[in-house]
Amino acid sequence: MSTNLYSLIGLAAGVAFILALKGLSHPKTARRGNLIGAAGATVATLSVFLYVTPPRDGSAAHSLPLNHLWLILGAIAVGLIVGVPAARKVEMTQMPQLVALFNGVGGGAAALVAIVEYLHLGKDATTAEVIFTVFTVIVGCVSFSGSIITFMKLQELMTTRPVVFPGGRFVIAGTLVAVLGTAVWVVNALGTTPLLVLAALALLFGVLFVLPVGGADVPIVISLLNAFTGLTVAASGYVLSSTLLIIAGTLVGASGTILTRLMAEAMGRSLFGTLFGAFTAKPQEASGSAEERPVRSGSADDVAILLNYARRVVIVPGFGLAVAQAQHTVRELADLMISKGIDVAYGIHPVAGRMPGHMNVLLAEANVPYDQLAEMDEVNPTFGQTDVAIVIGANDVVNPAAQTTPGCPIYGMPILEVNHAANIIFLKRSMRPGFAGIENELLYDPKTMLLFGDAKASLTKVVSALKAL
Amino acid sequence: MDAIAIISIFTLAVFVGFEVVSKVSSTLHTPLMSGANAIHGVILVGAIIVADHSKTNLELGLSLAAIILATINMVGGFVVTDRMLEMFKPKKTGGEK
Repeated sequence: MSTNLYSLIGLAAGVAFILALKGLSHPKTARRGNLIGAAGATVATLSVFLYVTPPRDGSAAHSLPLNHLWLILGAIAVGLIVGVPAARKVEMTQMPQLVALFNGVGGGAAALVAIVEYLHLGKDATTAEVIFTVFTVIVGCVSFSGSIITFMKLQELMTTRPVVFPGGRFVIAGTLVAVLGTAVWVVNALGTTPLLVLAALALLFGVLFVLPVGGADVPIVISLLNAFTGLTVAASGYVLSSTLLIIAGTLVGASGTILTRLMAEAMGRSLFGTLFGAFTAKPQEASGSAEERPVRSGSADDVAILLNYARRVVIVPGFGLAVAQAQHTVRELADLMISKGIDVAYGIHPVAGRMPGHMNVLLAEANVPYDQLAEMDEVNPTFGQTDVAIVIGANDVVNPAAQTTPGCPIYGMPILEVNHAANIIFLKRSMRPGFAGIENELLYDPKTMLLFGDAKASLTKVVSALKAL
Repeated sequence: MDAIAIISIFTLAVFVGFEVVSKVSSTLHTPLMSGANAIHGVILVGAIIVADHSKTNLELGLSLAAIILATINMVGGFVVTDRMLEMFKPKKTGGEK
């Protein structure tokens, strides 16, 4: 294959990625967009097997096939065997951590490519090439180790609360300075040892960088690390002279940055506050007496009666819905209410669950038409005319403390104002606070009724009670 | 490759990247993140190129590891995104998945 043809195929794949991102921005075209992206990636991968990239030292390219062809194909097969079943079998609940993990391995791959490329760099390498290679190693390693930590947080293999230790910010700052210092050393000395030290420090920095980020902010960090990985791919493209990698990496870097900002906006905080908020947050007020405060808990029948006489009901789903896999049951309840002439809407907080849009994905799985899903700005003004708000396994996203308690970790985050509804029903497993670990005053409100238990079991009982009425 | 050409490509791609996702609804944030995540899996192309160029066993081993990781990222990413999007339907279609 000629160099020109190979480059044009790369360009076509780049265009496919642009169309993919464009398609993914609209519900109607999203699936097609993703398939276009997959097709672009497939064609690009196939083209590498038909064209030998000339080595850096200026010697002529060897003829086809590629060196180590069978090992390369074998490694791809291993990747397929690991990746495809993981992607096919994952529960919708665990989607966020799988995306974090995929992002991490992508960052790891970029870092490894850069390390190998570094070993190839001869004495004639330009400073720009060395700098880009070093950049890829640093950012790829940060993305890898950071994503692994976010994965562990989401999978609850470790605490979901911010991990802060005394002098933490000095340790992080010190590590960053060490990373940059080592980077300068690598650029000047060009040895393997400095590079390994750099990789180790960058991995450590990735861990330290994500540890203080707590709970609800984790998705923002995944998105940020996603953008980071994109940039490392773009930098690899520079070193490998691949237009395709530059286009694809830059696209992901840029769109990932915008997406990160959109998510941070949805939570009403600056990106800086998200990343470093744990260091400045005031300690939470003691809420030791919380357990003993009276709450009003009801039965499934009480809930069914309340719903039966409502004219408008807003369902607010949260992570608890995902955990209980109650999306089909909630749709059954909604359909039943609609058949009784009740006006039903789902109030979707942008960051409900563990990832922005998590609830949309989950409810879509249960065939809930997406025109029933109302976004926060749309649904908030209607709570005043809402008879019942059913909060299913959500907590932080309806916590009025975000509006009333300056200094609490979620202060300033826009919330679904269910406190304006005439009645509030909370379906909860226990009185445990939400992901952000903050007490919710709304639970003690006189117009709130609590229905304890697994969301799916509770909803099933409510459905049969409502049918019987 | 010529540095000016690279800077041009980079700059234009930044603007395209900003532009295409600037007005996406929060409904699609998760699939969009996942799809973008799959796209950077094309580092697989880079991993194959460095594997081809490998001269020592160390280089080869690291490249093959990169190929495995990149394949997981790319293929897993597209499959999982497709699974999410498969479930987005405009109206009730009746049939369960």
